[in-house]
Amino acid sequence: MARMKFLCDSERCIECNGCVTACKNENEVPWGVNRRRVVTLGDGLPGEKSVSVACMHCSDAPCMAVCPVDCFYHTDEGVVLHDKDMCIGCGYCFYACPFGAPQYPQSGAFGVRGKMDKCTFCAGGPEVDHSEEEFKKYGRNRLAEGKLPLCAEMCSTKALLGGDGDVVADIFRDRATRRGKGGEMWGWGTAYGKPVGKQAGKTAEGKS
Amino acid sequence: MSRFAMLTMLILTAVVALGLQACGEKEQVIVYKQGNYQGKSDGKPWENATFAGDQAKWENSIRARGQNQNEYKRIAD
Repeated sequence: MARMKFLCDSERCIECNGCVTACKNENEVPWGVNRRRVVTLGDGLPGEKSVSVACMHCSDAPCMAVCPVDCFYHTDEGVVLHDKDMCIGCGYCFYACPFGAPQYPQSGAFGVRGKMDKCTFCAGGPEVDHSEEEFKKYGRNRLAEGKLPLCAEMCSTKALLGGDGDVVADIFRDRATRRGKGGEMWGWGTAYGKPVGKQAGKTAEGKS
Repeated sequence: MSRFAMLTMLILTAVVALGLQACGEKEQVIVYKQGNYQGKSDGKPWENATFAGDQAKWENSIRARGQNQNEYKRIAD
């Protein structure tokens, strides 16, 4: 199996923030921490584009390179995880990450920075699978249930794809080939109809 | 030096030696080995009650879930 990856199709993302809500609910992420968020470019202007961003589970992760206590590790599936028992909350990984994925819970009157929290690709962490400790520290381990991250699985427009990098790339390639580009991507028929050729063929068959 | 004075000195030395034992310099900082993960080990996603160590079953499940994201295949023409 290849490496687990996320891919967000900005042509499909409608900024519904469903992925953000799903992540927060599924993993019971604390207040103030957003493992996933939707970034919109040119908000309110014609042609605005939105993209859902979280940890991209880099193959050569900069967070791993800068961590002074080496609390990061790659799973065999390419998911970047970390051990919260070792994290010292220094914030180096936040500076290193190009996506702003590492988040820190703030607590106390002086906003003391807690241990880093980030997207786990719904793969839990270095605790016994489905244990209470794992859920409390890292959230739900859907991967061990044979499921993909909830943000991707429940995306209403399927803008956010997650899973095996090869599968995700194939789905996106197929989609991009079918929908064409520019004006072909817009309109009711494109969003809800069937590909033009097949629709015409079926109609003809139905009439005959 | 009288016997009493010697005994006093001996006792004092022993007390000081015992008292200062707590001040011994011990390594209080964890020495991290750079470049290697230092935390707890993590199990494989198929090593649990759901998949009972069956990697192929887990991969098939993930593959099927992945294809669920492809509406061209999920929804019949």
